Amino acid sequence: MLKTYAYPKFPYRVSAEQRDGRVARHPVVVIGAGPIGLTAALEFGRRGISTVVLDDNDTVSIGSRAVCYAKRPLEIWNRLGCAAPMVAKGVSWKVGKVFFENDLRYGFDLLPEADHEMPAMINLQQYHLEEMIIAECGTLPNVDIRWKHKLISLRQEPDHVVLTVETPDGVFTLEADWVVACDGANSDTREMVGAAFTGQAFQDRFLIADVVMKADFPTERWFWFDPPFHRNQSTLLHKQADDVWRIDFQLGWDADPVEEKKPEKVIPRLKAMLGEDTEFELEWVSIYQFACRRIDRFRHGRVLFAGDAAHQVSPFGARGANTGVQDIDNLGWKLKLVVDGTAPETLIDSYDEERAFAADDNLRQSTRSTDFITPKSDMSRRFRNAVLELAADNPFARPLVNSGRLSTPTPYVASSLNTPDADAFAGRMAPGTNCADAPVTVGGEPSWLLHHLGEGFTVLTFGTAPAKTVACGPIEAKVLAIGGDLVDVEGLVAERYDGRPGTTYLIRPDQHVAARWRTFDAETIAGAVARACVLGGAAR
Amino acid sequence: MSLNLEPNIPDPDGFYQELIDSQRDMSDAEAQMMNCRLILILANHVGDRDVLREALKVAGGRID
Repeated sequence: MLKTYAYPKFPYRVSAEQRDGRVARHPVVVIGAGPIGLTAALEFGRRGISTVVLDDNDTVSIGSRAVCYAKRPLEIWNRLGCAAPMVAKGVSWKVGKVFFENDLRYGFDLLPEADHEMPAMINLQQYHLEEMIIAECGTLPNVDIRWKHKLISLRQEPDHVVLTVETPDGVFTLEADWVVACDGANSDTREMVGAAFTGQAFQDRFLIADVVMKADFPTERWFWFDPPFHRNQSTLLHKQADDVWRIDFQLGWDADPVEEKKPEKVIPRLKAMLGEDTEFELEWVSIYQFACRRIDRFRHGRVLFAGDAAHQVSPFGARGANTGVQDIDNLGWKLKLVVDGTAPETLIDSYDEERAFAADDNLRQSTRSTDFITPKSDMSRRFRNAVLELAADNPFARPLVNSGRLSTPTPYVASSLNTPDADAFAGRMAPGTNCADAPVTVGGEPSWLLHHLGEGFTVLTFGTAPAKTVACGPIEAKVLAIGGDLVDVEGLVAERYDGRPGTTYLIRPDQHVAARWRTFDAETIAGAVARACVLGGAAR
Repeated sequence: MSLNLEPNIPDPDGFYQELIDSQRDMSDAEAQMMNCRLILILANHVGDRDVLREALKVAGGRID
């Protein structure tokens, strides 16, 4: 097994604090070095927060697992400096095909808007992705990833958390001002704080296999309902890097998870699908069942939850890791302002407000896909099949086909951090929305708009900038003129942001719109910064 | 627009006969599949979500 990839083994090192037997206090401790915990370490480190990561293992994800990464997380990793190798190694795709029984019924194109730096979607094995983030973390002196460190208990004090950790050298204690738990769907940290994790579990099992083969399937997402090679169930095929293909078989609830994992059971299923003559090797197999669940609150005192530890979705739509990365995008700048004492602790509550809102949206979408893919009654199966039968010849039925709605960001439309529009705007860039990318030039050199957003608060103004910065108490927002600092070479910034001379946007450090106006007014902008940071009157 | 529950079909006996005849040679399973297709086709024709929701309710469906 595992012919195309050698798993790295990261060295365990005893920490100075454990060796010396002293209790150290850290600003932030992240639990779990999966894609979300590692992204958190990189995000916090880049923003200047010293971060310790504890992971009970010493390698990357076993098997391809998450696989599909969408544009928004790629933009976040691009801001953090590690998207280029992911895009280079990953397989970019945009066409999906849906088969029912013997026939192609429906094809879709993600139709990514042109002129964005990042592709709509890439497929990449989770282990490659984790290795790339770990490599990037290695360039930051303030990120300390500690392998073979298992959290065994946790106690909350009013202004810090006490963590008991086990390593090959025994048990020791450390303290953290904040803990960010990214320890997955079966989060021990969640148990330790006594948080509820409720929702819907689905009575179904899936076999997922990584298969190495030279195949001439196109680089598309193929989804089969009730195919002749796997009757009454669904199958999904995805291409990944290194000629590794990911194949998911729905097995039904009665399947025996131990038996079904055996190669002598898996290989005949693959042969039925791929043909007797196709040469392939099985790299990795796993059986899982899924659930749509969410934690009661993303914040429990000084313990914050992100990724699958906070929300678990069914895999259709690639909403797990993609949403988790956006949790961290949302949390990083807030934690920085709070750790520095610039913003009050209540800013962290907006992390729960905004990301619970996004999680609920994801859970709704994911539950709907699951109900379509795995009908719960004979009658719902008939309706599902009727949709699929009609889709081939009747355009009206195609939007009803739901083989997974692929992950897109959830705008924080109702967030208390937004300053509601007072002026009229067309287009999508309402407060709470993540900024659309667009090509620009800077000093004649080609660049992308998103490269210039995200360090702190940024004011984008179309035309002449009346000031270089806008100050709001201790927070200073940099002003960028579209048409001065950044040249809108193709007119797409103006188009995507409904920009006219004077139009001004306040952009949060996570590249989301906080507020927008038709004129530049420093005092109004400062007010919107204060609102987005929950600053009281005194700071303004 | 609201759901029209007043008589709206010209030649009601003719329509009813056509409906029954259309399924005369089908097994129950085939007829059930046809009913599903028919519901989807008609629902798309109506389009209006409020009208569709009202129809689901009048038909005895559960609406949360």
